[in-house]
Amino acid sequence: MSSAERHVLEWLIYLPMLTAVVLVALPVAWRTTARWVGVGSGALLMVGSAWVFIAFDYSAGAETFQLVKVYPWLESVGIDFRLGVDGIAAPMVLLTGIVALTGSVIAANVERDAKSYYVLLFVLIAGVYGTFVSIDLFFFFFFYELAIVPMFLLIAVWGSSSTFRDFARTKEYGALKLVLMIVAASVLVWIAVIAIYVWVGQQTFNILELRDAVQNGAISSGAQKALFPLVMVGFGLLAGLWPFHTWSPDGHVAAPTSVSMLHAGVLMKLGAFGIIRVGMTLLPEGMDAWALALFVLGTVNVVYGAVTAMAQTDLKYVVGYSSVSHMGYVIMGIATLNSIGLTGATLQMFSHGIMTALFFAIVGAIYERAHTRDTLILNGLASKMGWTTAFFVIAGLTSLGLPGLSGFIAEVLVFIGAFHSQPVLGALGILGAAITAVYILRLVARVFFGQRDPQWDALPDLTPREIAAAGALVVPLVLVGIWPAPFLDVIRHGVDALPGVDALLGGIL
Amino acid sequence: MQVDFTLLIPEFMLAGLGVLVLIADFAVPWRSRGGKNGVLAALTVLGLAVTFALMLRMQWNTHEVLYDNLIYVDRYALLFKALAMGIGAAVVLISMEYVHTRIRHAGEFYALLVFAVLGAVLMAGAAELLTAYIAIELLAFCLYVLVALSRGDTRSGEAATKYILLGAISSAVMLFGIALIYGAIGETSFRASERLLESVFGPTVALGLAMFVAGLGFKLSMAPFHLWAPDVYEGAPTPVTALVSVLSKAAAFALTLRFLAEAGSATLEEWQLALAVLAALTMTVGTFTALVQENIKRLLAYSSVAQVGFVLIGIIALNESGARAALLHIAGYSFTNLAAFAVVIAVEAKTGKERIADYAGLASRSPLLAMVMASAMFSLAGLPIFAGFVTKFLLFTSAVEGGLFWLMVIAVVNSLVSLYYYLRIVREMYVGEAAETGRLRLHVAASLPVWFLFAGTVLVGVYPAPLMDAAGAAVSALAPFP
Repeated sequence: MSSAERHVLEWLIYLPMLTAVVLVALPVAWRTTARWVGVGSGALLMVGSAWVFIAFDYSAGAETFQLVKVYPWLESVGIDFRLGVDGIAAPMVLLTGIVALTGSVIAANVERDAKSYYVLLFVLIAGVYGTFVSIDLFFFFFFYELAIVPMFLLIAVWGSSSTFRDFARTKEYGALKLVLMIVAASVLVWIAVIAIYVWVGQQTFNILELRDAVQNGAISSGAQKALFPLVMVGFGLLAGLWPFHTWSPDGHVAAPTSVSMLHAGVLMKLGAFGIIRVGMTLLPEGMDAWALALFVLGTVNVVYGAVTAMAQTDLKYVVGYSSVSHMGYVIMGIATLNSIGLTGATLQMFSHGIMTALFFAIVGAIYERAHTRDTLILNGLASKMGWTTAFFVIAGLTSLGLPGLSGFIAEVLVFIGAFHSQPVLGALGILGAAITAVYILRLVARVFFGQRDPQWDALPDLTPREIAAAGALVVPLVLVGIWPAPFLDVIRHGVDALPGVDALLGGIL
Repeated sequence: MQVDFTLLIPEFMLAGLGVLVLIADFAVPWRSRGGKNGVLAALTVLGLAVTFALMLRMQWNTHEVLYDNLIYVDRYALLFKALAMGIGAAVVLISMEYVHTRIRHAGEFYALLVFAVLGAVLMAGAAELLTAYIAIELLAFCLYVLVALSRGDTRSGEAATKYILLGAISSAVMLFGIALIYGAIGETSFRASERLLESVFGPTVALGLAMFVAGLGFKLSMAPFHLWAPDVYEGAPTPVTALVSVLSKAAAFALTLRFLAEAGSATLEEWQLALAVLAALTMTVGTFTALVQENIKRLLAYSSVAQVGFVLIGIIALNESGARAALLHIAGYSFTNLAAFAVVIAVEAKTGKERIADYAGLASRSPLLAMVMASAMFSLAGLPIFAGFVTKFLLFTSAVEGGLFWLMVIAVVNSLVSLYYYLRIVREMYVGEAAETGRLRLHVAASLPVWFLFAGTVLVGVYPAPLMDAAGAAVSALAPFP
């Protein structure tokens, strides 16, 4: 390995941290400099992330975890700063890079105290990267919590309160609800993490060693079954698992645009990723016992999220509930416990991350211009806002699973996997996709292609900067849609190494 | 018996420093109060720094017991002595402006602070019950006077009265406990009493132990002996509040851990459950009462009660990892709480206000103070990258290792609830609208210690290894963890 390759993972964490420190030191008045530092750092992160994804070797004999780097941290307790990516983490790293770059470009729209905004945004990004690349259980949890800390201020200070007819939600309400619910869930994870460490009893937080020990029976089957619900609900809450999803629409609606992008795009994936990394890997028997429950909840997610989204008249709530619905596919895919379903789940994480970031970017742009998100008032935007319409339609078509875009591949894989393990629930999931088509098409028809309303004629279209960011998000959606092979190969490499996964040799893979 | 007096040089130096400050206060013809304040503060910090450096140089590898089992000079004592001196110096540095504007008797303040540090240093080395008692009293008497130092402020007087009355009762209880233990086993040395306590364990010994620990619990503000804390914290001059919340806690922990590890190992089963219940009670009472506070000093009082509950976990588990984690937590907590108090002191010195609502809009009036306060709150709440995350994590882990799974669950839940009131302060500072505008400017000299404490809070959180090694070395000086 070249020396750059050996250090790339750690720099994905150091660089955003360093950016935050540099920005703290900048004078408040240097707003433009702060933006350039933010965007520049985002671009570097994007390059590093792409490199990690490309450098990942998915040939049959290759190591499960690659680019591994270990620094001793607290040897007396068995905590190391241990980094590495597998086939599941690699696409997530790429996703984070894309959303970090586009998010920091969109964040340049922030007027109030831009510097502090970027500081918190980059702390968040560091936490997300850290969680995806840590293969030490302590640091996994460390970065997981780190990603939550800045959310409160980002939403409470820079967010927007919505008074929607008789329905008022202040930004502080959204911020507090989001943070307290996520931290409450992380408390469950905390208990599980400590219990796994102590019960394995080898004085190590190394996830690989813990995994091997568990496979040799270090934690009894009963204990695994008892601990798994903690992991399932703890991480599941962040993934928007029904009925613990209520923070998600409220939080996303209150959050400023680029925070919504990162949060719905990347942070929610941490939850699903956590179920795989901790739940499946370290508690395989618990996973097995609770898979059906997870499957049922995931299916409820899909249908409930879609039905609720249909009833919303606030654009952000529509997107928020559609996220809840789409994360349901991820949860279903994980619960199939077979290789096709899990591959689909991981691809759906990637696809939904990009898609929802695009959604929030566009909805945020509309809100900044029209100062409303009411779908009953907004009408016929297409006549004057061509770019806005085009990007929203692309995101919408991905969302309803149009072939040729990434959402289709991911959902089809999830459904195939689902039919192998729970055909009835799988069928219900497809119903959710149908409902998605209804609310997305209805929305597009009314808001963009409806009766032209002269009061919106003065709205300017997207700025070149916004077009660039949104365009950058469209590329991977199309690319995965028409040429998914590289993604599937990488993901499959990671999925096959997971304990307790049925290998289904589907011809399509 | 040959006694090597050079081992007590740090203690003598501290006593000398205190006397020197007192004499300088009245003997030198000061031109201005500001000059006097500055010189005395510099003298105090310099004296503490020299003693600190000399002590580390001389005693790094010392492992001695002086005067036939009266005082230890070992790594464990060394760590806490260093901590006590560091806390003393930090409190002086963060409160110079406050002392100048609000405390009339600067000389007494600095001298009593040095004597309080001496008391803490002696507590860290105490090897038997009566030495421990005398050291505790030395610290307590200095604090009684310091709490009353705001002359003319009725709250300060009330706080001091309450503190002295309750403190005296607790001392009496503790002394009674010592008498009972001595009556039962005829021994006061920690190490010698371990087996004796076990062999004659019965109602007398149990009562004696309970009374002694209750006395310590008062100093720790362990529930149900914590009721003095909020009033004293609120009424005392804020630098003294900082001293009470950090120095006296650290010293009392040093003593409690040493006593329970050396004298209580053999009787662990007799007291562990009772103390675990008290720890759970302490953290729960502290956390839930803090939720409804309006005064920042009272809030920090209840928050420190909750933190005491957390540290007690590490002591109760009585395993090596628990003891190490407790030491690490105390060090991290010292940085964090001093950082929080540095902000409270600075805000009070500038505006004279101490209600949580008065912190509204602090972020726009002083970004530095707001950032440091927010970091301290996140650290106390146990969030990364700050000290509180890793130290709490290790403490809670040690509880499970010690077989106290239920205690860990209670602690984790309390930790979650505490986030709510810490976030309240953050919310006020960043979201609230400032009633007054205008920047709060810190003098460069005053901002340096604030930066230092902030850096310490972060450093313990991201690179705890050196401190952990020190804690490991300290803990290995205790009898059960060789």
